[in-house]
Amino acid sequence: MTTTETQVETMTFAEAIRAALTEAMEADERVFVLGEDIGVYGGAFGVTTGMLDRFGEERIRDTPIAEEAIMGAAVGAALCGMRPVAEMQFSDFTAHAMDQLVNQAAKVYFMLGGAVSVPLVVRLPFGSGTGAAAQHSQSQEAWYAHTPGLKVVMPSNPADAKGLLHAAIRDPNPVVFMEHKLLYRTASGPVPKGDGVIPLGVAAVPREGGDLTIVATGIMVSRALTAAEELAAAGIEATVVDPRTLKPLDDATILERVRATGRALLVQEAPRTAGFMAEVAARISESDTLYYLLAPVRRLSGLDAPIPYNPDLEKASVPQVPDIVQAGRALVEES
Amino acid sequence: MREIEVPMPKLSMTMEEGELIAWVKKEGDQVRAGDVLCEVNSDKVEMEVESPADGTLVRYAAAEGDVVPVGAPIATLATEAEDLLGGLLDPAEGTTTAEAAAEEEKTTAPPDAEQAETPPASPTQARAPVVPAARRRAAELGVDLATVTGTGRDGLVRVGDVEAAASAGAVDGREQAPTGSATLPLRGPAPGAGSVQAAPATPRASAAVGEGDVEEIPLSAMRRTVARRLTESMQSTPHFYLTITVDAEALLGFRAELNGQLQDGGEDVKVSVNDLIVKACAGLLRTNPDLNVSWGGDKLLRHRRVHVGIAVALEGGLIVPVIRDADSRSLTTVAREARELIGRAREGKLAAAELTGGTFTVSNLGMFGIDQFTAVINPPEAAILAVGAAQAEPVAVDGKVEVHRRMRLTLSIDHRAVDGATGAGFLQQLKGVLEQPLRIVA
Repeated sequence: MTTTETQVETMTFAEAIRAALTEAMEADERVFVLGEDIGVYGGAFGVTTGMLDRFGEERIRDTPIAEEAIMGAAVGAALCGMRPVAEMQFSDFTAHAMDQLVNQAAKVYFMLGGAVSVPLVVRLPFGSGTGAAAQHSQSQEAWYAHTPGLKVVMPSNPADAKGLLHAAIRDPNPVVFMEHKLLYRTASGPVPKGDGVIPLGVAAVPREGGDLTIVATGIMVSRALTAAEELAAAGIEATVVDPRTLKPLDDATILERVRATGRALLVQEAPRTAGFMAEVAARISESDTLYYLLAPVRRLSGLDAPIPYNPDLEKASVPQVPDIVQAGRALVEES
Repeated sequence: MREIEVPMPKLSMTMEEGELIAWVKKEGDQVRAGDVLCEVNSDKVEMEVESPADGTLVRYAAAEGDVVPVGAPIATLATEAEDLLGGLLDPAEGTTTAEAAAEEEKTTAPPDAEQAETPPASPTQARAPVVPAARRRAAELGVDLATVTGTGRDGLVRVGDVEAAASAGAVDGREQAPTGSATLPLRGPAPGAGSVQAAPATPRASAAVGEGDVEEIPLSAMRRTVARRLTESMQSTPHFYLTITVDAEALLGFRAELNGQLQDGGEDVKVSVNDLIVKACAGLLRTNPDLNVSWGGDKLLRHRRVHVGIAVALEGGLIVPVIRDADSRSLTTVAREARELIGRAREGKLAAAELTGGTFTVSNLGMFGIDQFTAVINPPEAAILAVGAAQAEPVAVDGKVEVHRRMRLTLSIDHRAVDGATGAGFLQQLKGVLEQPLRIVA
């Protein structure tokens, strides 16, 4: 590790993503960004602020409001050897572009016998908490994880966002990169300088404790860590596992930690039914880890309902810190 | 006339299988309820299996020498006895439902580990919920889940419940274990057994390696029990060991004098060194109750009574008959009982109740000239004393070298239940009593 790589600076989640994009574009001229209002306006969440001046219109491409066109152009560019990073202004709008993503990007490599690959990154600002209502607040990671050929990344902090985005851009296959909107400005932390990569498919364990294992994704990681502190004050020590990459999933780390504590609390913002944590629960129950369980696996998820506009209802519809504390407590005390 | 199966009975709490020693009745014999059909060797005890009903012994399901899991059939009996169990005895051939066939399979097939893990206690009784980790722990400890009381919500069985049952099982077992021949249910596991227990997991000897160089010796029920219990002890119990040297001159002198006087008095009993040690330990366990304990998983079980086991070597195994209330009985009573128990142990005639419930064990290899050794704790006890030989050796007495006979005692202790200082204090007091042996009878 060189000196520059060990240096650290504090940035927000949005700044960390911008740093990764900037470094990648400086290092590799095939990398370019396209999306709605990403140029002059700097993106709906300010992620690409200033990048137009630095890289010009050719590489910071403002597009029409037409997600299928954005995705189709990105897939075509990737097939032609470019390294596009497409931004969907809100992840919800990917619904317009699903044919390009699911039926083209995810399948071309396989259907052409490996003759070409699609080195595409799709950045998806997702999640609730911004008062943006049902069509701008969803967490649809399970859609992508359920599609063979797509990789799915969901960082929870600035350092991971940067390292994982570098890995996603260098990956030869399509990667769906999910950024929780609340993290852009609220999450701030030390980020290593330089273009160091955090490999896809490796979970992080930001906290260790012997009583239960909380597996959480996206914004739920920081909520789980806050809840773990409150649980610790009540004498319950939680391990927190952040998968970071949903696909490929580092289930070895998850299973090992669940075995060690005998209890699993799985936390996601997305709706419960057929959500990603159902997959995690299934992997626990179909492995030897089952025999180490002291209590049934417990899930905390969003309601099976569209996200409400009313701020109180919006908050109530997805897991919050007190929900995690209560569930963790019940899990330990009842077993 | 209906055919029913006679299963291998469960003759003690710990019995998982029995060895069929000899058939008393022949195939085709007319039998009456209560007639002895055959003799069976369980963990450690030989017992007679009685016919459950009047009828004809149609055929054997097991041959002499076979080791049969508890609940698996050993014979088929044709009977016209009244069906008191409301159709439960009807043979499966009479029905065609898959459920009945499955039930038949469960009852008649030798259980494999998976099948035996969770058989229903009875067709109508709901199975208690069990935490998966508790199920795994039960398999590790050889605990039959049907005998475990769950303390969780709605009777949920948790890991601690299994561990408590494992610790308490043998202690409570003496209350339930039959002392004579057992009567049989007409079908299925014996009363109280609840289910067929899983056979202990035994690594299968590889036939491919060194064939001809190795003789395979079938395991007796006792060998299996010894192997299972000692493996369980070493794997689940953190042992530590304390050794102390005892000057045996006074003890041996006392014993010689005592035996001389007993003989003069016309008593037909001789007191051994081991009897003196058993009696001394029993008295000290009364005053050191922290050593008279069992690890109970989530609690400590302190025994109110002192029952001392004595390890007896047998051909092909080891057995530990128990002298009950050894603290409150006279030295000669202990000596007589020890002699009697050892004699019957060697004849294979001990009842199950005489082999369970110990709270401490004394193991003596002094007669083999062994200086000292460490013994494996006999679960659920928390300690065992290993006694070495009394041997003459030079010793400094008031600045001069004298030759004294001395012996080494090694205490193995379950560190979950007892700490070093407690064990050391006990051993120090034991040395004191043995070196001033009148205190044994004080």
